[in-house]
Amino acid sequence: MLEINGLRARAGGTDILQGLDLTMGPGEVHAVMGPNGSGKSTLANVLSGRPSVEVTGGSVLYKGKNLLDLSPEERACEGVFLAFQYPVEIPGVSNMYFMKSALNAVRKHRGESQLDAMDFLQLVREKMKLVEMDEALMNRSVNEGFSGGEKKRNEILQMAVLEPSLAILDETDSGLDIDALRIAAEGVNALRRPDRSVLVITHYQRLLDYIVPDYVHVLAGGRIVRSGGKDLALELEEKGYGWITDGASA
Amino acid sequence: MNPVEHWQERFAGIEPGAPWLAARRQKALDAFVEAGIPSTRVEEWRYTNPARIAKTAWEPAPVGPELDRAALEQISYPVFACSVFVFVNGRYAPALSTPPALGGHLGVSSLAADPSDENLEGRLASVGEAATPFANLNTAFFEDGAHVRIATGKHIEEPLHLVFVNAPGDDPIAAHPRVLIEAEPGSQATVIEDHVSLGAGSSFTNAVTEIVVGENAEVEWIKVQREDPTALHVSEMRARVARDGRLTAHTLSFGTALTRNDGRVRLDGAGAACAMNGLFVAGGDQLVDNHTWVDHAEPHGTSSELYKGILDGRARGVFNGRVVVRPDAQKSDASQQNRNLLLSRDAEIATQPQLEIRADDVKCSHGSTVGQLDQDSLFYLRSRGVPLDEARDLLMRGFVSEITRGLSVEALAERIDDLVVERLGMARDIPEEAR
Repeated sequence: MLEINGLRARAGGTDILQGLDLTMGPGEVHAVMGPNGSGKSTLANVLSGRPSVEVTGGSVLYKGKNLLDLSPEERACEGVFLAFQYPVEIPGVSNMYFMKSALNAVRKHRGESQLDAMDFLQLVREKMKLVEMDEALMNRSVNEGFSGGEKKRNEILQMAVLEPSLAILDETDSGLDIDALRIAAEGVNALRRPDRSVLVITHYQRLLDYIVPDYVHVLAGGRIVRSGGKDLALELEEKGYGWITDGASA
Repeated sequence: MNPVEHWQERFAGIEPGAPWLAARRQKALDAFVEAGIPSTRVEEWRYTNPARIAKTAWEPAPVGPELDRAALEQISYPVFACSVFVFVNGRYAPALSTPPALGGHLGVSSLAADPSDENLEGRLASVGEAATPFANLNTAFFEDGAHVRIATGKHIEEPLHLVFVNAPGDDPIAAHPRVLIEAEPGSQATVIEDHVSLGAGSSFTNAVTEIVVGENAEVEWIKVQREDPTALHVSEMRARVARDGRLTAHTLSFGTALTRNDGRVRLDGAGAACAMNGLFVAGGDQLVDNHTWVDHAEPHGTSSELYKGILDGRARGVFNGRVVVRPDAQKSDASQQNRNLLLSRDAEIATQPQLEIRADDVKCSHGSTVGQLDQDSLFYLRSRGVPLDEARDLLMRGFVSEITRGLSVEALAERIDDLVVERLGMARDIPEEAR
């Protein structure tokens, strides 16, 4: 599914990723954990193609294709999805219209027919149950005036609508209370499939109680410094990052 | 021949109408001649050079071509053709019009049909002073126009749609459309003033609209200007709002070579209110200039202005908003906002608020912003699969929605959204030699 080799990237004039390696198979859930500033969000941004992040070395293969050659919209059409840490508010653009445009763009790429407003409404209503979202939010401007929990649920809803092959969750848990966290996590779990991989990026172990990963990686100083099973997350929770990262930053 | 002499000579050829009107035309021409064509040294014309208009020897627009309903619907909107009043090259076209079947509640008539109408004598050219020399030129030269009267206490549900079709020929032509809207006390109506072109060619539209809002009456006036991208367009709207009356004016301008709109509203009675909303879109080498002037003459008046602009290519935009609060106009509340989106490095906007507050117990605010399409929003949309061009269009539609939401005619609001995207595309496609 995803093969990252020696990835290096800069953002804001600073080298952030410094030779990152990570391989994910289909259907696997990987968690990337790490202290603030370790490069977690930069990894998410590189994978989704944010223009402000510059890749300076290494390679990323996604389903055998060079992911770094693709524009953000091509990546989305190929099945890469990023749930944003800070979903953007877009005044004046209705959430419904936005999601319909997105789905139809992706369907067009897949050679599928375009959905009209009625078909889309039916589809989105079905998916909204998954994240317990109020239909009123569909008729509001994208994320405008949404609470923190509503924004994150809106992200998971988009994921459910677009049905990606690789979902990247960038600190989806940050700023959520336990109920909102549970709803978001259950939404993600419902979308788990043998051919869909999930990369969960988080600072805290808490989210991993709900989305149980197959593998846990610790990111420090722009590289994966340790990998393990889900127990590694519990160990991090107990001991903090210091015992791993002290050696890594050297 | 200098431009002023040119107009003086053409004046001899017009049909002056009733003696009172002939006198008024002469007076307007005299005022035009005396003032001459302003130079860019005059503050009001600092960014928009009137010489660009004056350098052409405009001929009075000839009688336009025969236009059938289908051809009209190609260039105008059939969707709200409830009661349509059509003018081709400034002259009423009865065959294309469907006057409202509302008896005495709403009267619409051609100004030329009965220019001797004694009713008009005290009313036409009676709202305020001409703000620009071009408004005087309109009074001297207008051939026809619409006179709209809404009877006391009557609410007209369906919008009245005035369409001004500009059909240029081989010579450069000038048309001077004229509108007078009178809302009697307690009445309510929506009037759409739609300026469109039939074919390309050198043309100059010089429109004047006067609006009288009676006590506790409510008028929504929507001007849509979407003539050919190479056209020149100057317009002036002057309104007087009586006690507790409300005027909502929308000035929507879609890229012509030169557009200059002057909007002047006098809040003339206690508790009078006006909202002036504007949208302007220009690309290529186009220029669009909006000057507004709100005069708080009486206490407890409210005015709010929101003008939003999108400029692409080497387009230039101007927003000049003047608010005057007179010494007696205590408890006035005035707000003014101008927000602009520049899509290219070479596009420019000059925005200038001018507040003249001569009362001490008032609330006034103003602000302006200039920005680009938000990069985070663009990335967000693209990360969901929306192609870059479509993502830009979506953000532009989002930007203008604040204006289109305010239109009471929903079918029009939807078309305006499309027009923004369409017209920016058209401005990009104008061949070099036509600029």
